[in-house]
Amino acid sequence: MQNERPDPDRLLAEVKAQEAAAQRGHLRIYFGASAGVGKTYAMLAAARALRSQGRDVVVGVVETHGRKETEALVQGIEMLPLAERAYQGRTLREFDLDAAIKRRPALILVDELAHTNVEGSRHPKRWQDIEELLASGIDVFTTLNVQHLESLNDVVGGITGISVWETVPDTFFDNADEVMLVDIPADDLLARLAAGKVYVPEQIERAARNFFRKGNLMALRELALRRTADRVEDDVQAYRSDQAIERVWKTEASLLSCIGPQPGSDDLVRSAARLATQLGIEWTAVYVETPTLQRLPALERERILRTMKLAQELGAKTAILSGEDKAALVVEYARTHNCSKVVVGRAGRTRAWPWARGLAQRVAMLAPDVDLIEIGRGEAGTTDRPSAGAARAEPDDPRRDTKRLRYLWALVACAATTIVATALLPYFDLANIVMLFLLAVVLVALKFGRGPAVLAAFISVAAFDFFCVPPRLSFAVSDAQYLLTFAVMLAVALIIGQMTAGLRYQARVASYREERARSLYEFARDLSSLLETQQVVDTAASVIAQTFRADVAVLVPDDKERMVVRNEGGAGLPVDIGAAQWAYDRALPAGVGTDTLAGSAFLYLPLRAPMRTRGVLAIRPENSRVLLVPEQQRQLDTFAALAAIALERVHYVEIAQQALIQMESERLRNSLLSALSHDLRTPLAALVGLAESLAMTTPSPSGTQLETTQAIAEEARRMNALVNNLLDMARIQSGDVKLRRQWLPVEEVVGSALKSAQSALARHRVEVELGRDLPLVELDPTLIERVLYNILENAGKYTPDGTTIRLTAELSGDDLLVAVSDNGPGLPKGQEEAIFEKFVRGARESSTPGVGLGLAISRAIVDAHRGKIWAENNPAGGARFCFTLPLGTPPAAPSEEGAGQRAL
Amino acid sequence: MTPTSPVVLLVEDERQIRRFVRTAMEAEGWRVVEADTLKQGLIDAGTRKPDLVILDLGLPDGNGIEFIHGFRGWSSVPVIVLSARVDETDKIAALDAGADDYLTKPFGVGELLARVRATLRRQAPASTGSDGVFRFGDVEVDQANRVVRKAGAIAHLTPIEYRLLTLLIGNAGKVLTHRHLLREVWGPSFVESNHYVRIYVANLRQKLEADPAQPRHILTETGVGYRFQQ
Repeated sequence: MQNERPDPDRLLAEVKAQEAAAQRGHLRIYFGASAGVGKTYAMLAAARALRSQGRDVVVGVVETHGRKETEALVQGIEMLPLAERAYQGRTLREFDLDAAIKRRPALILVDELAHTNVEGSRHPKRWQDIEELLASGIDVFTTLNVQHLESLNDVVGGITGISVWETVPDTFFDNADEVMLVDIPADDLLARLAAGKVYVPEQIERAARNFFRKGNLMALRELALRRTADRVEDDVQAYRSDQAIERVWKTEASLLSCIGPQPGSDDLVRSAARLATQLGIEWTAVYVETPTLQRLPALERERILRTMKLAQELGAKTAILSGEDKAALVVEYARTHNCSKVVVGRAGRTRAWPWARGLAQRVAMLAPDVDLIEIGRGEAGTTDRPSAGAARAEPDDPRRDTKRLRYLWALVACAATTIVATALLPYFDLANIVMLFLLAVVLVALKFGRGPAVLAAFISVAAFDFFCVPPRLSFAVSDAQYLLTFAVMLAVALIIGQMTAGLRYQARVASYREERARSLYEFARDLSSLLETQQVVDTAASVIAQTFRADVAVLVPDDKERMVVRNEGGAGLPVDIGAAQWAYDRALPAGVGTDTLAGSAFLYLPLRAPMRTRGVLAIRPENSRVLLVPEQQRQLDTFAALAAIALERVHYVEIAQQALIQMESERLRNSLLSALSHDLRTPLAALVGLAESLAMTTPSPSGTQLETTQAIAEEARRMNALVNNLLDMARIQSGDVKLRRQWLPVEEVVGSALKSAQSALARHRVEVELGRDLPLVELDPTLIERVLYNILENAGKYTPDGTTIRLTAELSGDDLLVAVSDNGPGLPKGQEEAIFEKFVRGARESSTPGVGLGLAISRAIVDAHRGKIWAENNPAGGARFCFTLPLGTPPAAPSEEGAGQRAL
Repeated sequence: MTPTSPVVLLVEDERQIRRFVRTAMEAEGWRVVEADTLKQGLIDAGTRKPDLVILDLGLPDGNGIEFIHGFRGWSSVPVIVLSARVDETDKIAALDAGADDYLTKPFGVGELLARVRATLRRQAPASTGSDGVFRFGDVEVDQANRVVRKAGAIAHLTPIEYRLLTLLIGNAGKVLTHRHLLREVWGPSFVESNHYVRIYVANLRQKLEADPAQPRHILTETGVGYRFQQ
């Protein structure tokens, strides 16, 4: 039965989400119908219970509103001091996010999820603070009233007549790990209110009296219960599919909502969000930007952008499409993105033409297979909340003056034409005079655009009638056929004027687009030829500064991933490095126009390249509205992406160059070392051989001569050992220890090391004790033999003859522990670590030969094996040298068919 | 030095090393032919019919391994390699190319002569007793009956252990690389499984050596392979 098996992809996604959630903090929201239901009280009570179980609970911010019971609950829990922020001459106390992250409690209580932070805080909203707390792995308890939920905001406004503007996105609420509903009946709440147990700020007392009416409270309670029930149902669904109790069939199709420029689009977005949530599908909000809409006043465009942002907060993907035909674009988008439902707002009552069709009808005609949902518009104005961006007073559009001037010019043109026409009247036919007026209209359209052309068309007809058509200087017409002339003239003038103006507009748009494309092309071309980070940074900064008429700083990370301003012009700008660091670390934009540090003068755009973020672009345009215009934003994003890719390319160019240099120097070093090794060893070999062959000459040398030759050979060998050590050290110093790791029994290395140290240990007793059944160890046999040899030789060198040297190997946790201990004089106190330094010997000024490189080399070798090496004194006396090697998973041992059966 | 004395070809570019090697070899009754380049060495190898070649790996006109490749094409006369490098790969390459033994510079005269003797001894028929039993220490390997005894008691060897042991004693004194042992005992597809040899050698030592941690017969040539010593 296919139904009983959960979809593996889905389960995988769920497992991944669970893993991510494990690192994230846990969020619990105490959710209530209105103020006064006891959310804070419930939250504190739960926190106290957890605290008594030993959880590290801290109060971030809690509003007790002076209530005794609540205050009593706070007693004894650690409270974070609030940060003080100056705002408009007053000092406001605000939750201290940085202190909370620094303190890192297991659980933090942050009251009033919907709170708006004082301007100048890192995030404008408290829920964003909490998001950051969760992201850094801290559990959070918080409280929320139903009217603060974004998607229910207008519903609550409709019920109570009071619309709140502090809202929390539904996605945040839905993503909370737990929602605890705190519920009391409306009568009880009213009783509490009467008893003064509910905090009501004095200045809104009258409004509050309207709010706290029984009808309102019951409605709010229903909303809260329903919303919680929705969430619980989601949980049940998730649980079901998780447990494969019943596979819930879910369509992959999603919902598409079209945002228009009209006020009331916010309602449309909220309705679409609710619908999508109920259907359990994803949704997308699109805005089609037609040339007409490009000419909208800035305030309206800002509203559209705000609506898009709202959609994002409500969990939508958003897209801005640009083109002429709205319906066709919407349908195409819906088709390519598998949106089976399209939500549109009902068209306004006013239509430009009686035959014009609304968007809904056109979409229906183009795509009969798509479900079309038409949403009634709320009353305009109620949803138009003030936003930080719009509240700022904007100076009058300077274009308005030039606009008036253009109409004036149109009038002047008509007047001039009339004068010329009147002058020519005696010589030309009236039909030809008409042409003169038409020419004037076309020229006006060409020069001054649509509106002046319309004006010119009417004025021209009137002037023609008044000055040229008999009876002259009167609007009366002697011959009725002139009426046709006027009608045709007006129609032709309007049509030609509109067409010309349209052409002019198209040409302007085209040239503007071309300019954008050209500047992008030039930017890309400039960047492609650069080979150094500094060049890329400077070019990007200057081009972007010029294109957007803005102050620009480009920040790139240093070795420690800290942001540093790198472009020449950017050094003097008041760039907030902290904000840039935030944007870089999270690869999210920050600053003006974003949710993070919106009060900043700069916008901080992360330069995201395919592999990773390469830096941050800080930009402060002369006109901050530039950053709100979608096409400008898109262009800025494109510039940033180009710069990021260029930085990444340059980064890899630098890496490749470094690698090349490193390879070259490595090659040089290797050939130098091997030449040195050959050149030093060959004369030593000759020295040893010649000295020894001297001993074999006939007649046999005398006793002293023999001793001399032996001494020469002996010293030459010592010299050779020294050369070996020095060359090895040189190799190791250059970081060039290449391990040839192999799996082998440790016994083998011990055996060969003992054999090579034979002469050094000739006058000592050697005991070997290897643990039984030691596993194979992966090591470089030659190098580990060197380590053991060095330690053994050391033991032989620094202990008196006849002492016992014990070599043991055993398992120690996940390591193999090899130890060499002796019962000699032991190490000088405090020298246990120093002897692993280069050129340090245990006993100073001793006549014992050796440069003290052996242990330093041993340490380097063991380090390269990711082991540890150390020396200590045995409690029972004598020194003990130990090293460990990590154990891995040895390869499968060889199997022998019939092993043991055919034993011989 | 008689015309019947055995001839050793010494290919080495260092005059002083040639000098003492010549002294030592002549004292042992060898006739020494010297060559200071690879090219000259190959010519002498063809014309002088040496009984032994002592070859330096680092020659001015090429790597000694090229000499071995050329020489092994038509001769099986033993080759002892002299190497000034500590790196094992050269030695392994030389051994795999067909060299019989190697010495790392600096080496003593005594070491050189011991290697020469060991190499020549291997040229003689296997030093198996007249009863077909090979003896080392207190171990007897009865190759006719495929029985191994240690101190008189039968040592139980698996077939592979036995094959490995006979290969080692058949090349007594010679360094056998891991690769060579793997190819001969396990087959050509196992030449990269170094740990196979190591485990089996450890087993053999456990069964046959008095102190497996300080073996006296099955010796480790670190990083290169094993050498059996009687």
